[in-house]
Amino acid sequence: MPDPIADTLKSRFGDAIRNVVEFRAETTIHVRPDAIIEVCTFLRDDPAALYNFLSDVSAVDVWPDEPRFQVNYHLYSMAHNRRLRLKVSVRDGQSIPSVTGVWPAANWFERETYDLFGVKFDHHPDLRRLLLPDDYLGHPMRRDAPLVVEEVEFTHNYGEVEASKPYAKE
Amino acid sequence: MGVESKLGNLGILTTTIEKAVNWARANACWPLGFGLACCAIEFMSTQASHYDLARFGMELVRGSPRQSDLIIVSGRLTRKMAPVLRRLYDQMPEPKYIIAMGDCAACGGVFNNYAIVQGVDEIVPVDVYVAGCPPRPEALIDGILKLQEKIRRSRPLREAREEASKVHA
Repeated sequence: MPDPIADTLKSRFGDAIRNVVEFRAETTIHVRPDAIIEVCTFLRDDPAALYNFLSDVSAVDVWPDEPRFQVNYHLYSMAHNRRLRLKVSVRDGQSIPSVTGVWPAANWFERETYDLFGVKFDHHPDLRRLLLPDDYLGHPMRRDAPLVVEEVEFTHNYGEVEASKPYAKE
Repeated sequence: MGVESKLGNLGILTTTIEKAVNWARANACWPLGFGLACCAIEFMSTQASHYDLARFGMELVRGSPRQSDLIIVSGRLTRKMAPVLRRLYDQMPEPKYIIAMGDCAACGGVFNNYAIVQGVDEIVPVDVYVAGCPPRPEALIDGILKLQEKIRRSRPLREAREEASKVHA
């Protein structure tokens, strides 16, 4: 049975709710990027929803499909003991509104998503890298990022790999 | 069968300064506590009573790089941690030594990815590499004995003289 809030959302937000998927008792609601703040605020405050706990924000890269990023919001309602997943599809370079104003917990989640995927969040108070060094170039969790940083050494290519390694000076 | 029987009543022992210096350096090589991952657990058990690193004069793990001669890099070094290791190394007084403990510290191990330094020798000069994932305490002790051998074989005075002649030349 889908989350009862799904029908309410559909009638209230219309086009902004693109799709509702029910799989193995988990409800996923696809939301248009520009409506995410209104939907989240409603889900937090409506007495039938009360999703007051944001447990995770992350992203999935579906490259080479477009739009390539799906940003996931995992919500939990402590009052009703229910969980809900929101999905927002974003193109590369497109930014989406930050939900830090709805749940302050989104701050570091969105920083992590920006750090690893390069998804930009508008009006985020402090959108810096979270996990990687500040001078890191690129976003390693993208599917087109290189899988390994160093060619694997075998006897036949030992010399080449060894020559390219940056050894420390004494 | 002690040093007394060899010396008799003379009370005199002749050696070279280098040998005496190396003897002191090799037998009181205090490591810096620099645990990064699971290898640190093996390092702790090496240092604790069961394997007793005190037998080799290394029981005192220091918390400050200024009081230690050796870093045992025990675990995978992330790119974000790399500047910290380099800074700690630069803060240590000479002579200083590095043991890369385990596959991760030696070459990145199984972590050939964006986050891990592919061998700490990219960041600091390494004296001894200890293989294993993680190495058993016996392996680490073997690495430490190898390092002590290296220290005993070193010629600090000759190196200093060569260094000085390079500066004058």
